[in-house]
Amino acid sequence: MADKILKKLKIKVWRQNNAKSKGKFETYTIENISTGSSFLEMMDILNNQLIEEGIDPIAFDHDCREGICGTCSLYINGRPHGPDTEVTTCQLHMRKFKDGETITIEPWRARAFPVIKDLVVDRTAFEKILQAGGFVSVNTGGVPDANTIPINRDDAEESMDAAACIGCGACVAACKNSSAMLFVSAKVSHLAKLPQGKVEAKSRAKNMVSKMDELGFGGCTNTQACEAECPKSISITNIARLNREYLVARISE
Amino acid sequence: MSILESKIPAGPLAEKWNNHKSAIKVVSPANKRKLEIIVVGTGLGGASAAASLAELGYNVKAFCYQDSPRRAHSIAAQGGINAAKNYQNDNDSVFRLFYDTIKGGDYRAREANVYRLAEVSPNIIDQCVAQGVPFGREYGGLLDNRSFGGVLVSRTFYARGQTGQQLLIGAYQALNRQISKGNVEMFNRHEMLDVVKIDGKARGIIARDMVSGEIKRFGAHAVVVATGGYGNVFFLSTNAMGSNGSAAWQCYKQGALMSNPCFVQIHPTCIPVHGDQQSKLTLMSESLRNDGRVWVPKKKEDAVKLQKGEIRANDIPDEDRDFYLERRYPSYGNLVPRDVASRAAKERCDEGFGVNGEGKAVFLDFKYSIERLGKDVIEARYGNLFQMYEKITDVDPYKEPMMIYPAIHYSMGGTWVDYNLMTTVPGLYSIGEANFSDHGANRLGASALMQGLADGYFILPYTIGDYLADEIMTPKIDVKAPEFDAAERAVSGRIEKLFNIKGSKPVDYFHKKLGQTMWDNVGMARNAEGLKKAITDIKEIRAEFWKDVRIPGELNNLNPELEKAGRVADFLDIGELMARDALDRNESCGGHFREESATEEGEAKRNDEKFTYVSCWEYKGEGEEPTLHKEDLVFENVKLTQRSYK
Repeated sequence: MADKILKKLKIKVWRQNNAKSKGKFETYTIENISTGSSFLEMMDILNNQLIEEGIDPIAFDHDCREGICGTCSLYINGRPHGPDTEVTTCQLHMRKFKDGETITIEPWRARAFPVIKDLVVDRTAFEKILQAGGFVSVNTGGVPDANTIPINRDDAEESMDAAACIGCGACVAACKNSSAMLFVSAKVSHLAKLPQGKVEAKSRAKNMVSKMDELGFGGCTNTQACEAECPKSISITNIARLNREYLVARISE
Repeated sequence: MSILESKIPAGPLAEKWNNHKSAIKVVSPANKRKLEIIVVGTGLGGASAAASLAELGYNVKAFCYQDSPRRAHSIAAQGGINAAKNYQNDNDSVFRLFYDTIKGGDYRAREANVYRLAEVSPNIIDQCVAQGVPFGREYGGLLDNRSFGGVLVSRTFYARGQTGQQLLIGAYQALNRQISKGNVEMFNRHEMLDVVKIDGKARGIIARDMVSGEIKRFGAHAVVVATGGYGNVFFLSTNAMGSNGSAAWQCYKQGALMSNPCFVQIHPTCIPVHGDQQSKLTLMSESLRNDGRVWVPKKKEDAVKLQKGEIRANDIPDEDRDFYLERRYPSYGNLVPRDVASRAAKERCDEGFGVNGEGKAVFLDFKYSIERLGKDVIEARYGNLFQMYEKITDVDPYKEPMMIYPAIHYSMGGTWVDYNLMTTVPGLYSIGEANFSDHGANRLGASALMQGLADGYFILPYTIGDYLADEIMTPKIDVKAPEFDAAERAVSGRIEKLFNIKGSKPVDYFHKKLGQTMWDNVGMARNAEGLKKAITDIKEIRAEFWKDVRIPGELNNLNPELEKAGRVADFLDIGELMARDALDRNESCGGHFREESATEEGEAKRNDEKFTYVSCWEYKGEGEEPTLHKEDLVFENVKLTQRSYK
């Protein structure tokens, strides 16, 4: 629909020079933003304005701007990825905001995701969880023909539903306990639903969960905030599946 | 030309790769443990190469500028990956995939490389399935396929509209497994700023830790560059914001030749530019052309009303719609290759038939397939793409047609490599989109993923052994060597120089200016006058950039503006070389359309007599004109014909 112009917005944003320094909110004013612009385009314009005013621009993570790489990670007006459903920050558009509004922007807040600068956080903890078992142990080459094992279409689709996770961390940011259960369960389900991944399902669940605990993520208390804020609508039924795999793994020890 | 030894093996086409594999050297497991390899970039090419090399026993160091390898821009590929499996029994074969790719590339790629690509393509699908890639399946449990532009068979494997994501996650999982075993050391948020040569051989890189700002040295027996394409030279493209040509450009400055830089792909189905605040363009998968029909109004007055917002698409009856692709190309219709579809859209819009406010958009309409197949089927096929379209444009594509327009998407050109994927610098390799080798002047849809994974899983791990077999006596590379000192000094010097300009304009100002010049003069239609103007313009923008760019913040901290400045400085140079290359190639082929070389119907006209070569540019120093070398292309297995999709 036809784009309008937001004449004036106040942007209240978290500024923190590095991991060790103390952060605080600063408020900036920005004018004439098209409702057809994306939220990050608004941030670009604000940053160029700050540069011209001699102020250090706001550091924020972003890359593909198509909602798939999982890099962008802004906590906008109290919600991960802001006031729209099933989108990442880069796909959030300014038509979701009103003229004259004050928009508050914070980084993901979680013990396991320390701030690097301003709105950029360190999500290395996610890497470590996946390295603990989020894979199928096959080498390149020497694998059977792709059609050797037929896979039930519903299983493949369910696997794909879970595999759609982009690893952005919104689930952790949304959770009052900063739990990574939705993230971990998505990987466990993606692989457990396929015969190729089933072989290692138990050890995978066990290793990833223990790594998650070790890295300082909180426990799951089933508030379902993660599912509500997930830009890819990853379902909490994956958490149930993870719990089952984990339990079986522990019992069979 | 002595520096251009393509090393294409002798013998019949179908036997070349097998013969070559038998002839090249192999490194023993004990010696592999002593050798180090650097892989820069972790998209499909880089991640699959790093994982496969580590599995073989090499010590691998991998680098990416993102905070995780999983975020590389391969992730954004939507539609699918080609493979000559012939699962559909539609008479597909390795030869047919090879032929389609050569023809699709408008006869400007190497036969031997393309054949090898087609030959290993089935292995890729096997590998991905074994890793747990959840490809789309039929109810019987077997893999499904879809069709893509420029071909008459159905050979594209897909995972909904997220095929690139799923393939990258597969490669990333394999990479993570090797990281957990200690075989790969991963450096996230590190940007390669130079390649270091010792005695003429690539022996390492200089990289900046993007968090601390520290300039670091890394040594290795071989360096693999898998850093993708340079499409962001146009500022607006479908590439990720961070995608850049800098690593490849440093290789060029260190003596690796740059080939066919003017060959960039303009993708026909992107969401049109919305105004002057746009930061990047979003692709709508080519797979949509399977079920969508492209049209503009037949009557100019309807187009004018659409442009003014007085009527909407659905107000125009079928008989007043011009399905111009079906009209011009009856046999391929909406599935003509990308370059053809892009030019046809431009032609209609230039004639005044564009359908948005700017007159720069055409319709992609699903009304007909929804009537034929039902909304559910269309939703199952393209649901996530439709959702993305609606989020961006606020228009429901189930009810109204999408508006689309061409945008810069992919770089066919890139670093020159021989059959072993080695550049003209010994020990320096280039794979995936970063090299020039497989797509000629136009890439077919769903072939980028195929090439990235073919290079990384099945080609480089073999061919690199041929070089490293002679390096087994070379001890661990000493990063205290004077060559590393000099490289680090040069890198730091350039960063400080940029930082100390302290001018008045942000980096984006220059990037946008460069992008505009490139789009206007080195875009979908090019001519000698425009190309010369581009070269002059770029020289001016460059001079202004180095005088007036303002980089805020600190050197020793996360500083995105500093990162951008380094990349834009290189884009200015890359853009000029692209214009130079386009000027030299006075023929139309694939994505490169010279107005001076067209048929009466306005179709691209190749000039095989004069231009059946790969252009290979050699760096001659700052401010010096580069030297053009030519690798003549020899076609022994296909007959060069004027491409026709009519």
